[in-house]
Amino acid sequence: MSRQTIYFDHNATTALCPEARQAMLPFFEGEFGNPSSYHHLGRKARASLQASRYGLADIFNCGPGEVVFTSGGTEANNMALRGAAAALRRRGRHIIVSAIEHHSVLKTAEALAASGYDVTFAPVDDQGVVDPQRVAAATRPDTILISVMSANNETGALQPVHELGKLSRRQGIVFHTDAVQAFGKIDLGTVFEWADLVTLASHKIYGPAGAGALLVRNGTPLASVITGGHHERGLRGGTENIAAIAGFAAASLQAVAGLDEKAARIGSLRDRFEARLLEDISGICINSRDARRVHNTSNICFEGVESESVLLHLDLLGICASAGSACTTGEPGPSHVLRAMGLSNMQAQGALRFSLGRSTTAEEVDTVAAALAGIVEKLRSLSSL
Amino acid sequence: MQSEDTDEHCPEDLSADEPAPGEQPPEEPVLFYNETVIDHFTSPRNVGEIDNPDGFALVGDPACGDQMKLWIRVEGGYILDIKFKSFGCPGAIATSSMATMLAMGMHIDDARLLTDDDVVRALGGIPANKEHCSLMGVGALHAAIRDYEQRSSKKL
Ligand code: FES
Repeated sequence: MSRQTIYFDHNATTALCPEARQAMLPFFEGEFGNPSSYHHLGRKARASLQASRYGLADIFNCGPGEVVFTSGGTEANNMALRGAAAALRRRGRHIIVSAIEHHSVLKTAEALAASGYDVTFAPVDDQGVVDPQRVAAATRPDTILISVMSANNETGALQPVHELGKLSRRQGIVFHTDAVQAFGKIDLGTVFEWADLVTLASHKIYGPAGAGALLVRNGTPLASVITGGHHERGLRGGTENIAAIAGFAAASLQAVAGLDEKAARIGSLRDRFEARLLEDISGICINSRDARRVHNTSNICFEGVESESVLLHLDLLGICASAGSACTTGEPGPSHVLRAMGLSNMQAQGALRFSLGRSTTAEEVDTVAAALAGIVEKLRSLSSL
Repeated sequence: MQSEDTDEHCPEDLSADEPAPGEQPPEEPVLFYNETVIDHFTSPRNVGEIDNPDGFALVGDPACGDQMKLWIRVEGGYILDIKFKSFGCPGAIATSSMATMLAMGMHIDDARLLTDDDVVRALGGIPANKEHCSLMGVGALHAAIRDYEQRSSKKL
């Protein structure tokens, strides 16, 4: 049996695009300079870093000095929360984050709470969307930072970040958004009109893993979390990962080029996928269906089956998907996002995430939908529920 | 007063997984579960229900929410038929399938002695974080035997 891989897990990571690969190659073939060095190899590396920085700045209509490269989204989220909290600790100790953030925000907020900050976790409605009114009501005179993601990684639900950002700015509160899942899916060209700190990750947009950025709007108070050098305006010590950053910059350009057409194409495939499933499988429910969602994500509860069993059957057929979020694999217990939306443990346990991408075809959509119908029927026939 | 900042984060013992000098890194299987487990997962043995069983049990794992039902038919102290159904992960399905296979035809006094280790060994091992799944199958088997005994003592 010849088996081809079908990849429906683009929210976990993506394949390197040829443009990113091309941009990275020189650094594996002799251009190994350290951008901090005086000599010509160093200058070459410095020039590449500069070009990457200007490339990102162009996309986000910000100054090159406002682009701080990191090792990825997790580091950028840590930098944003810890850095802003430290810089503003004299002004106040209150931080608001949403209940559906990525663990790199949630766990960091918990760590801050353990070290003397006061953290409020803003709830979401049954569609997995933060209610700006609830956030507004939670603000206090000592609130220093609000962090809400632009799009949720598990459900794809877009969050009211414009509104929250503007509300924060009116009250002099720093607003951070984890835009890792939104970049390349929605237009973020005017992100600084409402956000002060923006997290980006390269490997979600067909760039290499190991690079990301925190966009820091000029004047935003931010203490250095990784000390040790003048790199990245003193905000992030450490020799820059030039190759990965060059790949990230090249991938970023691709991510915003023709975004609308790509979104429309992938969006229609996602809709086809969901329509197929609704037609062929009873007892399913599409999470965040009534919310505005990014175009590629489908999070579905299959009644009466356990998600890992579905996942393994899919895997045996060469199909890659994920249960909850990839980061939760190995951690037992249902997704915190679905639980925050009010799903029962039992429902959340039958949830799977399918995230489509550039390589997805209509044929793949039909293959996966048909495979799922068979798997769910098989598992239901042996289910004790 | 001394600072109360004593909640320093200490990672778990990092030396626990350290290989002995010269030890080769273990070969990562391409699949998470071994072939026997996959086989019992894709074609579980003894799936179904028994009408008018001599013993029945419903057990669940509160930690993960998985659950299973198990039915037995007993004659002269021997398990003549055994069936199960499971809402569970692959580990739960495979270990339950193996548990029923081992128990089939056994005297209940022997079946009572079956442990989760026996099941895991018969499957040729299961990933460490999935070991708890094997408790459900044998747990259900033991509970079904207890149920059988209760029923038969009532009949006396
Ligand atoms: S994870 Fe619950 S039985 Fe396997």
